[in-house]
Amino acid sequence: MSARDNILNKLRSSLEDTKPRPDDFNVDLVTKPWSYDSTQGKIKQLRAMMESVRTEVYQTTQAEWVSIFADVLKQKQVNNLLYAPTVKWGTQIENYWAKNTTLPTLKTYDRPVEEWKHELFFEVDASITSTLGGIAATGSLIVWPTTEEPRLMSLVPPIHFAILEASKIANNFYEAQQILNWADNTPTNALLISGPSKTADIEQVLAYGAHGPKELIVIILEDA
Amino acid sequence: MSKTEQPRIPVLDALSQHFKENAHMALRNKQLRHNMRTAMDSLITKRLVSMPDENERESLRELGNHVRARALSKLPELLEKLEANLTKRGVQVHWAETTEEANQIIFDIAKRRQAKLFIKGKSMVSEELNMNHFLKKQGIEALESDMGEYIIQLDYERPSHIIMPAIHKNAKQVGHLFENKLQTPYTDDVDTLIQTGRKVLRNKFFEADIGISGVNFAVAETGSLFLVENEGNGRMSTTVPPVHIAITGIEKVVENLRDTVPLVSLLTRSALGQAITTYVNLISGPRKANELDGPEEVHLVLLDNGRTQAFADAQLRQTLNCIRCGACMNHCPVYTRIGGQAYGTVYPGPIGKIISPHLMGLDKTEDLPIASTLCGACGEVCPVKIPIPELLRRLRKEDVRPPEEPLHYVKGQGARFSRKERTMWNIWKSMNTKPNLYRKFSYLATRLRFMTPNILAWSQNHSKAKPASYTLHELAKKHLGDKK
Repeated sequence: MSARDNILNKLRSSLEDTKPRPDDFNVDLVTKPWSYDSTQGKIKQLRAMMESVRTEVYQTTQAEWVSIFADVLKQKQVNNLLYAPTVKWGTQIENYWAKNTTLPTLKTYDRPVEEWKHELFFEVDASITSTLGGIAATGSLIVWPTTEEPRLMSLVPPIHFAILEASKIANNFYEAQQILNWADNTPTNALLISGPSKTADIEQVLAYGAHGPKELIVIILEDA
Repeated sequence: MSKTEQPRIPVLDALSQHFKENAHMALRNKQLRHNMRTAMDSLITKRLVSMPDENERESLRELGNHVRARALSKLPELLEKLEANLTKRGVQVHWAETTEEANQIIFDIAKRRQAKLFIKGKSMVSEELNMNHFLKKQGIEALESDMGEYIIQLDYERPSHIIMPAIHKNAKQVGHLFENKLQTPYTDDVDTLIQTGRKVLRNKFFEADIGISGVNFAVAETGSLFLVENEGNGRMSTTVPPVHIAITGIEKVVENLRDTVPLVSLLTRSALGQAITTYVNLISGPRKANELDGPEEVHLVLLDNGRTQAFADAQLRQTLNCIRCGACMNHCPVYTRIGGQAYGTVYPGPIGKIISPHLMGLDKTEDLPIASTLCGACGEVCPVKIPIPELLRRLRKEDVRPPEEPLHYVKGQGARFSRKERTMWNIWKSMNTKPNLYRKFSYLATRLRFMTPNILAWSQNHSKAKPASYTLHELAKKHLGDKK
């Protein structure tokens, strides 16, 4: 008999004459203490949580965000930026870049990682990705990587910018799962990102930039 | 002191199972005790601060317990469902009864891919397998990428805590270690040390052929591997190399995606006092044809290694509720004083005392169930309400049950059984249940009190336990007589 059969048989025989425990999941318990009255309430909670772990947050609008973004890039002396030209935000970036010189060079993730792994790992300064929304309770971004914005885009560059539409902030993780119909739409890879990479492995001293981005900058769009 | 002989905590005889010797050695190590005490005090405070509402905390622990118990009550069915859903999504599922089988499965994948370098996220199951050592013998390097794990791997040590594996070291010790092993200038600045680690490991993520990870929860409903971490090394290990192998115990499955909501909240708050970790990573398949990154192959190895034994008994089964937060360790007076390595087992602290006998047999872990003050702190903080003290008492019973007695609940039962001790207790029982005998014994004990022997283990640290000059009955009689 295979290992699989042996394991399953042992488990089954241990459960003989027993009934499965009922499902008494208590939705209120994981939602009520984690609900915020309005979009502003959700933004406030999300910002407080994210900023407490050294995330930079900018609140702006669809019309304004690109210029603010460009200023931050300049401030941070970013030389090049990885972006997705085919998403809505990418088009806005392109239009702004066309009218302004002295902005960071734009790079795109348009081929399999194997073809440009070295460049991605050692030469890209920053990236910008969209999000599916956020979670106020824990100060998290919901990111489901796609062909346009692959998995490593939010992980490898030292600075990660993320665009979050205020209207897509859920109160809590349970609500986020319901809104996205997550259980039926499971992507290959789904992420919650709640700050820049960090560690407290040495003497419990918090240090940022362990392996992933050293900086996470969230741009909240209020009229989106 | 030469540059190559920097001060460091001596490596305890890891996996030696010499608990008592290790504990004595650890107790004499002032640096270790200082490092552990400071760290555990801070973790205790952080947990409480993150769970300020007692009602919320206690109700959530109750729900956490129900979610885990429900999953275990249908474990075989959920494992099959998990396998079916993962397979549908292109993840290859393997089953291993023993650590040898699991290592072989991993090695076979490595051989097929001609892999030479593994990069590892944190996984306690890989410690159970002693996987790094196994692969090294086959000519494959397995490099730890969690900063804490990387530090102790450089120093040929084993994790001392399941969440913070290098918690027993301070920054100075890490500074000296990096100076020796990585030839970097000495510093005890934590940021600089972390950036040194980042630089070394980034190259390794880039080169690695296979990434290894553990699993926090395996979701049967969606066929997802749910992983939490702060550093990003878990995401790197599971995303950059062309092959990702996840390894987990068979108990880690949960029924529904929504079940992860209370569990992840309990896990991160109990472990580190964080509302959530920086990254929550749900992996439900390898790279699809139209995707540009992610592993080409994803494997899941499901390991038994004694878990079906714990599962066989309804009381001991509760051990498998564990979500590996480490809160029981942080609150344990024994663990705090001796550190994790003294246990000589993969899982230290209270949870280790109840899980290790199932993984290794009571005969190899006979001291663990008694290495407890039964103060109850572990049970009080456990996010999924494992009654650890109750299970310790149960294992103590199994520890002294005659080995030949039928109904073996735990492999190696009766490891501490002693016929002499049993006879002594039987005599003690008769003396205290037969009034005539009791009166005679207590009379002799009080009158011959000058002959009280030294009971070595007790008298080492306490004054001799001498009987009083008169028995309680005599004193009472005298007292009442005087009153008349």
